[in-house]
Amino acid sequence: MLTPSSVRWPTPRSYSVSLEEMYREVILDHYRNPRNRDPLDKIDATAEGNNPLCGDEVTIEVSLNGDTVDAISVRGQGCSISQASASMMSKAVLGKTEKEVAEITDTFKKMMGVIDTDENVVDDDRPGATLGDLEALQGVRKFPVRIKCADLAWTTLEEALNR
Amino acid sequence: MTDWAAIRADFPILSREMNGYPLVYLDSAATSQKPQAVLDAIIDFYSTTNANVHRGAYSLADEATSRYEDARSTVARFIGAQPDEVVFTRGATSAFNTVAYGWALRNVTEDDRILLTIMEHHANIVPWQLVSDLTGCSIEFVGITESGLLDMDDFHRLLDDDVKLVGVSMASNVLGTINPIAEIAEAAHRAGSLVIADAAQAVPHTSVDVYETGADWICFSGHKMLGPTGIGVLWGRPEILEAMEPAEGGGEMISDVRLDGSAWAAVPHKFEAGTPPFAQAVGLKAAIDYLEAIGMDEVERREQELTEYALKSMAGVEGLTVYGPATAEGRVGAISFSLADIHPHDLATILDQRGVAIRAGHHCARPLARTLNVPATARASVYLYNQESDVDALIGALADAKELFSVA
Repeated sequence: MLTPSSVRWPTPRSYSVSLEEMYREVILDHYRNPRNRDPLDKIDATAEGNNPLCGDEVTIEVSLNGDTVDAISVRGQGCSISQASASMMSKAVLGKTEKEVAEITDTFKKMMGVIDTDENVVDDDRPGATLGDLEALQGVRKFPVRIKCADLAWTTLEEALNR
Repeated sequence: MTDWAAIRADFPILSREMNGYPLVYLDSAATSQKPQAVLDAIIDFYSTTNANVHRGAYSLADEATSRYEDARSTVARFIGAQPDEVVFTRGATSAFNTVAYGWALRNVTEDDRILLTIMEHHANIVPWQLVSDLTGCSIEFVGITESGLLDMDDFHRLLDDDVKLVGVSMASNVLGTINPIAEIAEAAHRAGSLVIADAAQAVPHTSVDVYETGADWICFSGHKMLGPTGIGVLWGRPEILEAMEPAEGGGEMISDVRLDGSAWAAVPHKFEAGTPPFAQAVGLKAAIDYLEAIGMDEVERREQELTEYALKSMAGVEGLTVYGPATAEGRVGAISFSLADIHPHDLATILDQRGVAIRAGHHCARPLARTLNVPATARASVYLYNQESDVDALIGALADAKELFSVA
């Protein structure tokens, strides 16, 4: 007979995971004061992304000058991680060439573990060296169900530019 | 007096830890936990009685069939019905689909309308949209009042002779609101419409007599009422079930199969194509036995008490908004809320780190979320095994969330 005392529970995850590491000030700042939200007049690339599981939504518009991101608009609604990531991304890719945007996207996805890599993407001794503010999002990696929130804007931007 | 601490101790999962804290399970509106008696019944069935039902000529198959049909009788008695009015389905969702394919597709035309409410679960919306795609019928939705009640004026305004089906939840999984099903059914019948009721949030929490509801079909699932997943119930008025066609074809649902056509088995078996969920039915019977040993009136009273305690505690949290009735009267224990500008998804993550399991999202009711003008809500829901300290843990974790988000 199965009794509570005979059940072997899975070992609880040790409580070293820090919520503070995920909800950093810079993330909450971007969540509450999202950058680059104004709709664009001239739109060269656009895409909408959403996460049907949690309802996060993001709409991206890009205006290109040659192959350079001349202007970007990122609008949406959702959790702090999805919206802060979108806002920080808009800052990071503004003024960059499409090739540079692809590189930043690749680096970000590697940092988040969305793309497998052995590379040490983020140098612990030089915080902010590679991705700037975006490195604040690496705390999300410890919350696997939330990684897709951080990734939503990036996948949507890729979709817009690859169309 | 029920010993609620002893009841809680019957649920083994509630003694586990989550993220270093005792598990505080406040998501019973999504699925309930199972008492030892249900787990034992399932293990006992597989250990002693397992054989396919309504097939074998040997004794073991006969025993299995008896236990399956015994479960049907228990469900029937529990909801005030006769056994042959009780169809076992894979869940509440497939109960709705059985009516959509077995009745609506054959009885609803492009001139007809289906009337639903804005607080329906997707299970009582999407099947009718599929029916609409194939028949051309239109669908309309009854709205809600500011206090989260069904807008009955709107209902009476939208109800006319063209309405062939009214679909309504007996209790909302988002707002907790208990709807006046008898009043709705009476008006619908006068207008010449049939009524399908979503009882998934009602049957687990309150005493339901299907004939008192006035509805023509009632759908609910086993896993929200202490039973296993993979089983649900479609109850229907006998003359309606008799006239309905099966939604699925296969074994067990036939009386004869010829190459040029087949004849159906008698109700309820004609709706149970394939090997039915008989072990789950045995588990569901054990769940009902467990609930009946406590008494549904007592279960309801205790949940009201817990809901009242939760609503009062939450009212003391600055920045917290509850969606739905503000008092425990006229509602079940599913409480949707938001806290300041903290997104529900963030709240759920933070609470999880304190061992508190709540739901965040649109709760399979996106039209309602849009009506409330919120992309998502957080939802805490209680059941008979919860206790006041669970609510206290929730309130404590909400304070942590406010601190993390620097909300005053």
